[in-house]
Amino acid sequence: MVRFLLRKIALLLPTLVGITICAFAFVRLLPGDPILAMAGEHGVSPERYAELREHFGYNLPIWQQYVNYVGDALHGNFGVSISSKRPVAEDFATLFPATMELTVFAMLFAAIVGVPAGMIAAIRRGSWADQSLMGTALVGYSMPIFWWGLLLIIFFSGYLGWTPVSGRIGLQYFFPRVTGFMTIDSLISGQKGAFGSAVSHLILPTIVLGTIPLAVIARQTRSAMLEVLGEDYVRTARAKGLSPLRVVGVHALRNAMIPVITTIGLQIGTLLAGAILTETIFSWPGIGKWMVDSIFKRDYVVVQSGLLIIALIVMAVNLLVDVLYALINPRIRQAG
Amino acid sequence: MRKTMFAAALLAATMLAGTASAKTLVYCSEASPANFDPGTTTGGNDFDASSRTVYSRLVEFKHGSTELEPGLAEKWEISEDGKTYTFHLRKGVKFQTTDYFTPTRDLNADDVVFSFERQFDKNNVWNGDKYLPNLTWDYYTGMDMPKYVAKWEKVDDLTVKMTLTEPNAPMLANLGMDFASILSKEYADQLEKEGKMADLSTKPVGTGPFQFVDYQLDAVIRYKANPDYFRGKEKIDDLVFAITPDATARIQKVIAGECDIAAYPNPADIAMLKTNPDINLLEQAGLNIGYMSYNTTIPPLDKAEVRHALNQAIDRDALIKAVYQDAGATPANNLIPPTMWSWNKDVQFDKYDPEAAKKVLEAAGLKEIELWASDASRPYNPSFQRSAELIQADWAKVGVTAKIVNYEWTKYRSEGKKKDRPGAFQIGWTGDNGDPDNFFATLFSCSAIGVSNYSSWCDKDFEDLIQKAKTISDQAERTKLYEEAQVVFAKEAPAFLQAHSQVYNVVRKNVSGYLMDPLGIHRFDGTDKAE
Repeated sequence: MVRFLLRKIALLLPTLVGITICAFAFVRLLPGDPILAMAGEHGVSPERYAELREHFGYNLPIWQQYVNYVGDALHGNFGVSISSKRPVAEDFATLFPATMELTVFAMLFAAIVGVPAGMIAAIRRGSWADQSLMGTALVGYSMPIFWWGLLLIIFFSGYLGWTPVSGRIGLQYFFPRVTGFMTIDSLISGQKGAFGSAVSHLILPTIVLGTIPLAVIARQTRSAMLEVLGEDYVRTARAKGLSPLRVVGVHALRNAMIPVITTIGLQIGTLLAGAILTETIFSWPGIGKWMVDSIFKRDYVVVQSGLLIIALIVMAVNLLVDVLYALINPRIRQAG
Repeated sequence: MRKTMFAAALLAATMLAGTASAKTLVYCSEASPANFDPGTTTGGNDFDASSRTVYSRLVEFKHGSTELEPGLAEKWEISEDGKTYTFHLRKGVKFQTTDYFTPTRDLNADDVVFSFERQFDKNNVWNGDKYLPNLTWDYYTGMDMPKYVAKWEKVDDLTVKMTLTEPNAPMLANLGMDFASILSKEYADQLEKEGKMADLSTKPVGTGPFQFVDYQLDAVIRYKANPDYFRGKEKIDDLVFAITPDATARIQKVIAGECDIAAYPNPADIAMLKTNPDINLLEQAGLNIGYMSYNTTIPPLDKAEVRHALNQAIDRDALIKAVYQDAGATPANNLIPPTMWSWNKDVQFDKYDPEAAKKVLEAAGLKEIELWASDASRPYNPSFQRSAELIQADWAKVGVTAKIVNYEWTKYRSEGKKKDRPGAFQIGWTGDNGDPDNFFATLFSCSAIGVSNYSSWCDKDFEDLIQKAKTISDQAERTKLYEEAQVVFAKEAPAFLQAHSQVYNVVRKNVSGYLMDPLGIHRFDGTDKAE
């Protein structure tokens, strides 16, 4: 097991180097210049421009800038934002729980709705229920997030007034931050109605962010289910006279869930990408919105370090999934 | 232990009681502030959240206008030679008492000297990395303060003297700008001693109408009325900024009553907002100008008649309608907008006359021209690209083929300001301090060539007028000079003047006393709300 783990980690190293190069190059390949972006319409004189470039170290050879960036990151120093002047790691730590909370809710929503929908579609294969569920899933999968979010806001918040438009909690609730998860902090605060407010603020963003994963999960569940339902052991179970509920719910579902769980794990990346748009629409103070703002400001430091931290998290999650698989299934451990 | 628990319970009780009876005004702001030190930031949203709420200045812009009035300085004298300004501070002005700072003295000259010195004196501990990394003091340098201000001196506790290197009439207006906010030296000293210098930018203390309570990063900023405000406590008790970057969400929040005031609606929502019974849509011609600079040094654009002809070839009314749509805009006759003093009402812009234009352009042999457009959307021009396409079509009708040159916004400006950049370059400006000099000298003075004079235009008559206007402090005299400068500008036509865009604020009907500000800032002093 230790060897397996070491091998996995060794494999991650080239990926990590690749990520640092991508993160570093990406923001520099964007047209635009952080100093000019900062100066606005005023512009800066050529002398001042040269002075500032030197100050920020952008006059150094590109390889040296890269070496400095990686060197600092290895020491756990992710730099200081050009625009806000706050340490990147600090802002990340403040904002990440918001993204995490939204992602978890979106994932739960996608799984809780997606798995039964896929099951129903599989059992009633070819029926109108199957057709309409899979049709809806296709629409959901192709939904442009920005448009979808605004549509829901205008209808449910603006027209019907059922849900709040944006934000994480009603402005009348004001309590100290403990975990950074609004649903938990609102309970800790003990303020009446705070938890309900936090949940109501989660509804629309959760739906919007969860829509695409939901569609993917529903389709994956359906096809996995169909495959399993054709297996001999399911026929045997049926032949033994077990109730249809037991056949589908226990015998088929358990086996069908293996590829579905893999799919759910893979959706983490999709969710983080979707969070960028969702957070912007719903004024959700998470890392997605933060990255977008920083790209527009050409805040090199935040973009390159933020990308690196996000990549590290995704890699850690993937490693964890690999290890869990290996624990469950020894064959993977040997094959590596 | 019991004591802390009691204190916590008391705090919770007051907070609850506070929420029940307090009058809270919610402003949906468009972006998160970089920080709360207005000397170090440049964005309008940064200033709304810091200088216009927490701080005050020696002189202030009158609410809803660009005229100056006494602020922390109750009066001032300007010496004969225009180089020495003596400010007499208001007595008994208190800095805000917060849970992180309790002032032991009133505002005095030390605070004023400190607030400016930190921005230029390299020996000041607050000037550099010890305070915040990568400080650039952009506005202070951007307004040429290092060039004009020789020194700040304390005369006595309530008197401060500013000495200039040369007379500069717009200086007084500069002192009403955000970067000129007055900070507490006592608080700065305390932070320095405690080794928490960075807190000056995150936990502000000023003398303004509201005091800082809390900031949840990228989400909510909370203030409460400053009970010791020298103009008297505000009518609203709590002021909340709900940071809402998406324009549609912002407007929906006002409609749903989640916020009381919002800025920058989408042009597409204007018509809907005008008919909404719960909403007052405030509008005003912005203190801005969208224009297109011709490079006046490259033939045949070096001839004024060619530039006039290009202007005449553009159907400006149709252009404005197509580009600004429902939001609307005022066609520009002068570089400065009509709301600004010294605007010359007699000056007319070139009339649309493609026939006449065609003759001149043919004679000049102008067949091809570069027409610059960025992908950006700016307050004074929502789409350079669309403007460019319409102008291109108009010019095609008079036999001139325009090639549209497109760059990303920052690259666009750095390429566009080069002295030898060919053709016509679309750009614009939003005023900083309501002084005409801030338009004329910033955009078309000889020394701005290569920085923000995109026409590379250096006209002796114009230059003499605006430089002279800069050195005299009498406003009536300055007005005459600027009026004349506008006549020269119209005659020489270094640019195609497009429009002053309309600016909107969306306000719920139960809000009173809120005024739109010509400088584009959002301030809430004097605002009240009926429950």
